[in-house]
Amino acid sequence: MLLAYVVRRLFWSIPFFFAVSLVAFALIEAPPGDYMTTFAATLAQSGDIVDQERLDALRERYGLDQPFVVQYWKWISGVVRGDFGISFEWQQPVSDLIWERMALSVILAAATLLFTWAIAFPIGIYSAVRKYSIGDYFFSALGFIGLSLPNFLLGLVLMYIAVVHFGSDVSGLFSAEYQQAPWSWGKVVDLGQHLLIPVVILGTSATASLIRIMRANLLDELYKPYVTTARAKGLSEWRLLVKYPVRLALNPFVSTIGWAFPQLVSGSVIISYVLSLPTAGPLLLQALLAQDMFLAGAFILLLCALSIIGMLVSDILLAVIDPRIRYR
Amino acid sequence: MTAAVLDPRAHPSADQASQWRLMWWAFRRHKLAMTGLVIVALLYLVALLAEFFAPYDPDAAVARHVYHPPQAVHFFDTAADGSWAFRPHVQGMRLSRDRFTLQTTYAPDPGQKIDVGFFVKGTPYKLWGVIEMERRFFGTVDPTQRAYLIGADRLGRDMLSRVVAGTRISMSIGLVGVGMSLVLGIILGGLSGYYGGWIDATVQRIVEFKLAMPTIPIWLGLSAALPMDWPPMARYFAITVILSLIGWTELARVVRGRFLSLRTEDFVTAARLDGCSERRTIFRHMLPSMVSHIIASVSLAIPGMILAETSLSFLGLGLLPPTISWGVLLKEAQNVRSIAQAPWLFAPGAAVCLAVLALNFLGDGLRDASDPYAQEGR
Amino acid sequence: MLDLARRPAEAPPTGAALAPVLEVKNLVTAFATRRGPFKAVDDVSFTLAPGKTLCLVGESGSGKSVTARSILQIVDPPGAIESGSILLHRHRTAKGDRAGPAETVDMAALHPRSRAIRAIRGRDIAMIFQEPMSSLSPVHTIGNQIVEAIRLHDHVGKKEAKERAVELLKKVEIPRPEKAIERYPFEYSGGMRQRAMIAMALACTPSVLIADEPTTALDVTTQAEILALIKKLQTDVGMAVLFITHDMGVVAEIADEVAVMRFGKLVEHGDTLTIFERPQHDYTKMLLGAVKALDRPSPRRLQRRETNPPGDPVLEVRDLRKVFGSSSGFLGRNKDYVNAVDGVSLTLRAGENLGIVGESGSGKSTLGRCLMRVYPANGGEIRYIDRKGTVHDIAALPERGLAPVRRDLRMIFQDPFSSLNPRMTVGQIVGEPLLVNGLAQGARLRDRVAELLSLVGMPESAMERYPHAFSGGQRQRIGIARAIALEPKIIIADEATSALDVSLRTQVLELLLDLQERLDLSFIFISHDIAVIRYFCDRIAVMFRGKVVEEGATEAVCTAPQHAYTQALLSAVPHPDPRMRGTRIRHRYTGAG
Repeated sequence: MLLAYVVRRLFWSIPFFFAVSLVAFALIEAPPGDYMTTFAATLAQSGDIVDQERLDALRERYGLDQPFVVQYWKWISGVVRGDFGISFEWQQPVSDLIWERMALSVILAAATLLFTWAIAFPIGIYSAVRKYSIGDYFFSALGFIGLSLPNFLLGLVLMYIAVVHFGSDVSGLFSAEYQQAPWSWGKVVDLGQHLLIPVVILGTSATASLIRIMRANLLDELYKPYVTTARAKGLSEWRLLVKYPVRLALNPFVSTIGWAFPQLVSGSVIISYVLSLPTAGPLLLQALLAQDMFLAGAFILLLCALSIIGMLVSDILLAVIDPRIRYR
Repeated sequence: MTAAVLDPRAHPSADQASQWRLMWWAFRRHKLAMTGLVIVALLYLVALLAEFFAPYDPDAAVARHVYHPPQAVHFFDTAADGSWAFRPHVQGMRLSRDRFTLQTTYAPDPGQKIDVGFFVKGTPYKLWGVIEMERRFFGTVDPTQRAYLIGADRLGRDMLSRVVAGTRISMSIGLVGVGMSLVLGIILGGLSGYYGGWIDATVQRIVEFKLAMPTIPIWLGLSAALPMDWPPMARYFAITVILSLIGWTELARVVRGRFLSLRTEDFVTAARLDGCSERRTIFRHMLPSMVSHIIASVSLAIPGMILAETSLSFLGLGLLPPTISWGVLLKEAQNVRSIAQAPWLFAPGAAVCLAVLALNFLGDGLRDASDPYAQEGR
Repeated sequence: MLDLARRPAEAPPTGAALAPVLEVKNLVTAFATRRGPFKAVDDVSFTLAPGKTLCLVGESGSGKSVTARSILQIVDPPGAIESGSILLHRHRTAKGDRAGPAETVDMAALHPRSRAIRAIRGRDIAMIFQEPMSSLSPVHTIGNQIVEAIRLHDHVGKKEAKERAVELLKKVEIPRPEKAIERYPFEYSGGMRQRAMIAMALACTPSVLIADEPTTALDVTTQAEILALIKKLQTDVGMAVLFITHDMGVVAEIADEVAVMRFGKLVEHGDTLTIFERPQHDYTKMLLGAVKALDRPSPRRLQRRETNPPGDPVLEVRDLRKVFGSSSGFLGRNKDYVNAVDGVSLTLRAGENLGIVGESGSGKSTLGRCLMRVYPANGGEIRYIDRKGTVHDIAALPERGLAPVRRDLRMIFQDPFSSLNPRMTVGQIVGEPLLVNGLAQGARLRDRVAELLSLVGMPESAMERYPHAFSGGQRQRIGIARAIALEPKIIIADEATSALDVSLRTQVLELLLDLQERLDLSFIFISHDIAVIRYFCDRIAVMFRGKVVEEGATEAVCTAPQHAYTQALLSAVPHPDPRMRGTRIRHRYTGAG
């Protein structure tokens, strides 16, 4: 049953991937003009002579003058083979530029998700079980503030505090000596240390909303008849709590991967920009502003794909923990 | 049994209370939500009369006052002979530049007292671009002098005036954006929930697809597609449309859910059997049960819109100067060095937090109060 | 009583069965509210003896359920025991050492989270609940939940516990227990779930079983089986049973002793025969009166039929079909079809009451809704003959042509809470059909609504109020006022009395009979409750799996049922007369045909 469900669910994500690629391509095609326009403008600004013939030649080489469908077909058939095209701005294959940055983005988002759960899960349980206690009010207040603080602002404030009061710089993901170094154990440790601040910044609002979700769900479950049944069996309160209501309140929690993960992935774009982290965000922004379409397209496509995978994982996990979903 | 006491229906005159009265009774008990309501109302008042509430023209730059620090208001003035009088004023500041490092510092200038007051005559302005006015809510008594309650920016423009001006754009973009999402959400959610079948399936697929998309990269892509040379108004609407394209799903979900559950309610079947037309069934019998829920979700969706606009503009892909919004203002605070020198550049951020917090409290209270019949039948 | 407890050894073996295992003395359970404590259980005392069944009877809100939960101290907050004692005489239980020293525990004095009370829960005293679906965890297998109960008190290995769980499932007659143990509750039927609940409760062979309305959510045939099962298990292990119910029929069937509760107080207490034949308290008399009144045809109806025999057919249903198709899976892989109504033919005559009886899932409600075209039918005819003699086929009418028919056919709903729009005043609700049909407006509408309300016994002042101001019985009257507003010819009442307490049931039925006389109505009365149908209906149609299996005059069908299903159904109905206990042979109908 479970396997059938997983296969069905996998099958269902194929059209989603297709639609996402279409949207990503449409997005990078949408701006009026193309990279050559931007390129010409930059040249003109710096006083160079714009050679129209050369531009047209370049256009033809990259297929920029062809209709949408043809361009899309060229692009997507390349993507399937792992070829994302050439970055105009960097004059390098896009695939050389993106993977390390994407990997760091994924690490950042996954670390944040873990952090969020580690914090939100126990606090949510505490708030529900000790409803209307001082601790509950405290965490509720904290949660509200976490929700209403735009996370780039939080990043700026932390940076300000770090610079003004501690004289240290919190931006970047690596210390200077590891910046260009190949991967080593030391570099991983260094990355871990640098991840903490971005993770906290990125995770604040998600943690706040997860605490509220966990609390509300658990409150719903705490007074259900099956809890009374378990209590009537003679189960201790703690074991009862963990085995029954928490287990059931876990369902909506697991399903949060579905939306929290895309949200973290997209939130990291801004945070990375503010803290100048070497993840996908800043490069995407730069590519979008310069109309470096293949680079931007690759990032958008991959970020969307990550989100879909997040949804997929959450749905499958849900089916694992809740038998009712499998049989639907 | 216990619920009856906490129940708004336990009010002595509850028998004849309509849903709005019951909701109001439930809402009123929610202290934080009431506070939120007051703050939101004040913010929208400021947004409506932004020109009146701003002490100065937000674009008026004074080169001498670059990064002028905030000044505190003193209420009493002591003269040299020890006598004192009620005379609200701020201490004037003098700019000095270090000869070697070229660093600028402001020092209080004891001789200079700048009188301030409410409803003073300031520089003339046009309210909503139409009505000529001179009075301002607050300002310096002498319109040629300037006081900076929360400092000045890098061009010597009054931050308070700019934040007030930004209130109009930022608060309205949330409202307009939610309005557009609401139209989309009600139409799609309503169709989906009322008719069901393949329409429902299609709309559900679209919603699922939209939920799977990471919002910010899509926003960035869409905004990057807007030509940079569009006039501010066009850009404002384009950004609003982009935001509402993202925001409608939650509303559609709420509307659909309510429709689905209401459709099978006996009282809706009863209305059909009473001979009500489809329109009357929807508008007279179903909609009143949904409006309160929709209002609650709307008030919870506005803060998201405000945050989104702020983020986009902060990245330079949303609204652009000379338009003033909180996000545009925060772009100034992007540089660590400038905020280290002028921390008051965070002021628009505080405004964002206040607005979002207040709207969240309000929305929470509305949601809790939105179904005064929830305990029904227990 | 306490004296008795101190000398258990002297009690002879037969006498030991009568010595109580559980004594509840002056129990008070209160809920803290803003207006001070609300006593849900107020000074209640009773005893439970091994092998005996005490039935705690009362209508909704009488505090019987809170009493049961107080014993195990599992009342949800803010409820808590205020005073009184609950003495468990452990030495008299199967677990205690009968010859050993007295071992009496006052459970009321224990902390609700203490180890001591946890050791009693499930081991000495077990409990089963009303809703077997929601009372079992949906994400754990049945086996997991039973094994947990076993291992909580008896320290046995996983394997042994599992074997015992299989044994238990076998004991409660669940087919193929080795397989069933791996299943989840949602894969069980309602009756099977309740059996599983019972198996779980019996895991540690408790001395006392508390059953809180265990059969209320079940169909009557399933109820009979569960009652028989509990009785059998009780005699096997000599359990004391505290059975909570609102159904006097069930009481007559199983009780050795009866305790009647009202407003948190015990109003009467005694052995079953005495309570049924010589009730002392007015409330008990009223309760029994209401039940007994229902077990026979209404004299008023019989009288009226003498003078006004049913006339010509007003509604003829021919071969009506309704199929619910659900295509699970977006690709429409496997389509499940349910023949909810499967070729039903019926005739309703003018001034007649036709009862449609059946268990849940029999299609009776769907039939009612098809007649009103709430659901479109998939086949067949619904011929309605109006006042002028014109025939309308409701099944074939276009949506726009339904308005005149729906004026003549009206519906009363089961749930008095969900059938009235909480956002409209009673005046608006009752006036709505008049308004949309353009029959009255303004002052005339007001007058007409007032008149309708007085017809159903409601004051005129009700008009300005909202439904939340009224109780269930009053709301049902409002629903009736709405139904008669258009001066209909036929009223379809779908379980119109099922949500009401028994004392209100007869009142509503009387009101309907009264309205029938005044307004010349015919009724189609859909119910699962044979007693109500017998009281109210002239003819009866028995439905089973979408088909009418038997049709005829009510008395004829009730006294001499022909179809095997009807026989099974009638034999399962508990009779509110303890002297009839065990006189009937129970049939089981598997529906193989």
